[in-house]
Amino acid sequence: MFSRAYKAAVTLPPLVWVAAFLLTPYLLMFSYSFWSVSPAQTIVHSWSLGNYSELARVDVYWQTLLRSMWIAARVTIFSLLLGYPLAYFLSFYGGKKKDLLYQLVIIPLWVSYLVRAYAWKTILGSDGVLNTLLQYVHATKHPLEFLLYSPFAVVLTLTHIYTPFAFLPIYAALEHIPRNLVEASHDLGASPGQTFWKIIFPLSIPGVIAGATFAFVLSLGDFLAPLLLGGPSGIMISNIVVSLFGAAYNWPLGAAISFCMLLLVVSLLFFSERLEKKWSYA
Amino acid sequence: MSTDVSIARSDVSVSTQRFPLLSIRNVAKRFGKNVVLRDISLDVAEGEFLTILGESGSGKTTLLRIIAGFESAGSGEVWMAEERLDQLPPYRRRVNTVFQHYALFPHLTVEENVAYGLRVAKRPEAEISARVGEALEKVKMSAHAKAKPAKISGGQQQRVALARALVNRPQLLLLDEPLSALDANLRRQMQVELKSLQREVGISFIFVTHDQEEAMVMSDRIALLRSGELEQVATPREIYGRPATAYVAQFIGHTNLLKGEVRDGMARCGLLQWPVAAPDGIAQFSLRPENLRLATEKSTSPDSVRVRGRVVQQAFHGATELIRVECAGGLMLTVRIPASRSGVTGEIALEFSPEDAIPVRESPERI
Amino acid sequence: MELRVSKAKVSEYPAWLIFHTVAVFAFLYLPIAVLILYSFNGEGVGGFPPHHLTLDWYRTLFADGPIWDAVLNSLYVALAAVAIALGFGVPAALALERAQFPGKTIFRRLVLLPLILPGIITGLSLLMLFNILGVKLSLLTIVLGHGTALISVATTEVFAGLQKLDRAQEEASLDLGANYWQTFWRVTVPNLKLPIIGAALLIFTLSMDEIAVSFFLIGRDNTLPLEIWGRLRRGITPEINAVSTIIFLFSLVAIVFWYRLRVRGEAGAEAGAEIVTALEGDLA
Repeated sequence: MFSRAYKAAVTLPPLVWVAAFLLTPYLLMFSYSFWSVSPAQTIVHSWSLGNYSELARVDVYWQTLLRSMWIAARVTIFSLLLGYPLAYFLSFYGGKKKDLLYQLVIIPLWVSYLVRAYAWKTILGSDGVLNTLLQYVHATKHPLEFLLYSPFAVVLTLTHIYTPFAFLPIYAALEHIPRNLVEASHDLGASPGQTFWKIIFPLSIPGVIAGATFAFVLSLGDFLAPLLLGGPSGIMISNIVVSLFGAAYNWPLGAAISFCMLLLVVSLLFFSERLEKKWSYA
Repeated sequence: MSTDVSIARSDVSVSTQRFPLLSIRNVAKRFGKNVVLRDISLDVAEGEFLTILGESGSGKTTLLRIIAGFESAGSGEVWMAEERLDQLPPYRRRVNTVFQHYALFPHLTVEENVAYGLRVAKRPEAEISARVGEALEKVKMSAHAKAKPAKISGGQQQRVALARALVNRPQLLLLDEPLSALDANLRRQMQVELKSLQREVGISFIFVTHDQEEAMVMSDRIALLRSGELEQVATPREIYGRPATAYVAQFIGHTNLLKGEVRDGMARCGLLQWPVAAPDGIAQFSLRPENLRLATEKSTSPDSVRVRGRVVQQAFHGATELIRVECAGGLMLTVRIPASRSGVTGEIALEFSPEDAIPVRESPERI
Repeated sequence: MELRVSKAKVSEYPAWLIFHTVAVFAFLYLPIAVLILYSFNGEGVGGFPPHHLTLDWYRTLFADGPIWDAVLNSLYVALAAVAIALGFGVPAALALERAQFPGKTIFRRLVLLPLILPGIITGLSLLMLFNILGVKLSLLTIVLGHGTALISVATTEVFAGLQKLDRAQEEASLDLGANYWQTFWRVTVPNLKLPIIGAALLIFTLSMDEIAVSFFLIGRDNTLPLEIWGRLRRGITPEINAVSTIIFLFSLVAIVFWYRLRVRGEAGAEAGAEIVTALEGDLA
C-alpha cells in the first residue's frame, strides 16, 4: 500500500545517517587497528597485523580481558540470582501491586549511572557509610579496607546497575507464560515446586538468556566503575583502551582492542539469539 | 422451479445491460509463491449490489484491496468508467471503503472522522459541516457527533464508518465484511438497513462476506470465489437454483451431490436413473433437499424418480425438518420435509423430478 | 479447582521469596537513599550516623556557576539529541516495518547496536571519525554522538507502536483521499503519540545521564555528568549529592508524567520495555 516514494522517503535519510555516523566510524576503527604510531607520535597509515600480534604476545592485555570477563560473569550471575526471583514474585504474586512494583524496579534505571556508582563509593569508602556504621555498632574496630578499590566493589556496583536489566526480559518472559499452563500443571497433580521447574522455568529461559546477555555485555565494556571504585586490582579492559587513547597515546592499539571487544560482543549477541530461538516455542 | 429460473435470467439481463461502472480484467495476484488470485474478470454495473462471497483464504479481501488500491494487481487491469484505476494511488480513486473493523480514527470524534475526507480535500468548512451533518443524519448518528469512537457501540461504529465513506460521494463503495463483528440480531437488522441505504444513495456496492445467507439476502449478484478463481457469478436465485459447479452447490445451502454417469440420454447413479439432456460420460448432479418429496403409494406423477430408504437421522429446523435417509445401494440423501410431516421414521419412499437434478461441473481441488 | 488455584496465586508463596524481594528492593534503593540523605549532612559524605542536617549544600550548589553551566549544556545536548534521534529514528522504524531494501538486516542491526554495545566503542569510533575529518570536539560532537546512539531508542519504541497500530487506520485515511504526507501527520503520528513521547522522555533522560560516549567527544564545555566526574576525581562533597538529588526528583516527575499519560491512553506501551524486546532478538 505504500508507494515507492514513501518508502524511499522513510528509508534514505536514516540509511544515510547511520552509514555516516555508525558504519563509517566502525569501519574506521577497523582500519585504525592495522595502523601504527611513529616515534614522532603521528599515525602511520601503513597496514600490518602488528597490533593484533602485540595483543596476543603481551600478557597484560589478555589477562585484563580475562579478568574483565570474570568480573562480567560474576555480575551476570548475581544479577540473575537477584533478578529472577524478583521477576517471578512480581509476575506470579504481584497482584494489584504488580504495576507499581514493576515501576519501582525501573525507577533506579532513570537515576544516572555515574551518580549510583558514586553513591556506592560513599557507602564503601574507608570513612564511608558502611564502615562508619560498622564501627558505630562496634562490629569492627578498624574500617574494612577491601570494600572499596577492589574487584568486589566493581562487581557489587555493576550488579546493582545491571540487576534491573536482567530483571526486565525475565519478567517479560514470565508474563508471557499463559496462566492456564500453570493451572493445567496443578490440575495434573504437580506441586508448585514441580510446576516451577518443569513448566515455568523452561519457558522463561529465553528471558534469562537475554537478561544474562545484557548484564554480561554491558558490564564487560565498563570503564567508569573500575576507575571510580576498582583500584589497581579492579582494572578492566576498557581502562586500558582509555589510557591508550589518552596518556599512552597509541590509538591504533586501542582501536585493535576495541575491535576485538566489538567482535566479542557481536558474536555473543549472535549466540544468545540462537540460544533464545532454540528455547522459545512461539 | 421453472418460474424461478426465468426470473433469475431476467435479473441477469437487467444488470448487464446497465453501463459497467467497474471492470476487472484478467487480474491475478501472488504473494511470493502463493497464488492468491488467478485471472479474475468481473464487471460491476452502475447502482448494482455485488457480493464477493468466499471462504477465508479464497482471495476475496485481496480482490477488494486491489480495487481500493491497498494492493497492486500482479497482472491485469482495473477500469472504472473510462479511467484505468489500478495505476492510481488509493487517495486518487473515487472509491471508498468500509473496513472490516471499521478503522475509525480513535483520536478523532465521530464528526471529525466523517469530516476527514472532506478536510483533506480542503473543502470549505461550511460545506463540510453541512455534508457531515447530513451524513450523520442519514445513519442516525447525529446525537453522537462529539463522541470518540471508543465510546459508541459496535453497531454505531458501523454506521459512522458508512457515513465517513459515503460523505465523499464515491462512485463505488467497498465493504469488507462490515457486519462480521456484530451479533446475529444486529447483523440481520444492519443487512436490511444497508440494503435500503444502497437503494437510496444509488451507488454501486461491492460487499465482501463469507456468509452465504448474508450474500443471498442482500445482493443483486453474487460472485463466488474459490481458491482465487471465480466459480460462478450470478443472481442469488440462479446461483442457488442452477449452481454451476459441485462446490457452488455445496457452498450455497444444503445439497445432495449425486455422482454417476450419463449414457444414451439417461443419467445413472447407483440404482437411480432418469432421462437427461447431457452428453455421455461421468456426471454429477445437485439435488436440493427440498426437491425430494415423501412419496405415497398412489400420488406419483408419471416421470418422477422414486427411491426407497430408511430414516437414520432427524434434525429439527423450525418450519422444516432435515432427515437423512439411507437408500438402497448405500446412497445417503438429505431430505427437507415440512414440520407438519415430522416424526417420519423407518422405511419410506422418496421421489424427485428429473429436472431438479441439476448437472454440475466437478470442482477440482486447488491449492 | 478454579478457586484453589486462584487462591494459591495470591497467598501461597514461600516466605523466602517475599524476603528476597524486599532485600533486592533494599539493595536497589540503598544507594539512592544514602545519596539523598547525605545531601543534607553537614559533615560531608560518609560518617554514620549523619550529623547536622542542613541545606547548606544546596545553597552552595545554587551559587555554583560551573555546575549550572554544565546543566544548561546538558539540556542543550539532550534536546538536540532528542531531535536527531526522533528525526531519524521515526523514519527508520517506518522503513523497517514497511519497506524492503537491500541491506535491511544489516541496517537494522546497525541501528540497534549502540543500545547494547559498550559506550566506549561508540564513543571512540566517533572520536576517530571526527579526528580524521578535522572536526573540533565540542558540544556539537556530543550531540551527534548521543543523537546517533539513541536513534535505536526512538526506532524500537516507535517500531513497537507501529506493530500495534491497525494498518487499516492508514488505509482508511488514504481511502478517504488523504495523501501519504497528510496521512502521516493526521493519522500515523497521532496514533504513535505515546511511543513518540515515551521515546523522547527516555532519550532525554539517557542523554542527560550519558557519560561513556561523551567522555571521548568532549570539547571545552562540560555536560553535567562530565562536570560531576571531574569533581569526583578531585574529591567529593555533598554538593554532588545535592545536584544528584535534584536530578532524581526531576526524573521522578518525568516518570510520573509518563505513567499518567500511559494510563490515560489505553495503549499499554511501556517506555523502555520495547528496548528489551528489541535487544532480545530482532525487530520484525
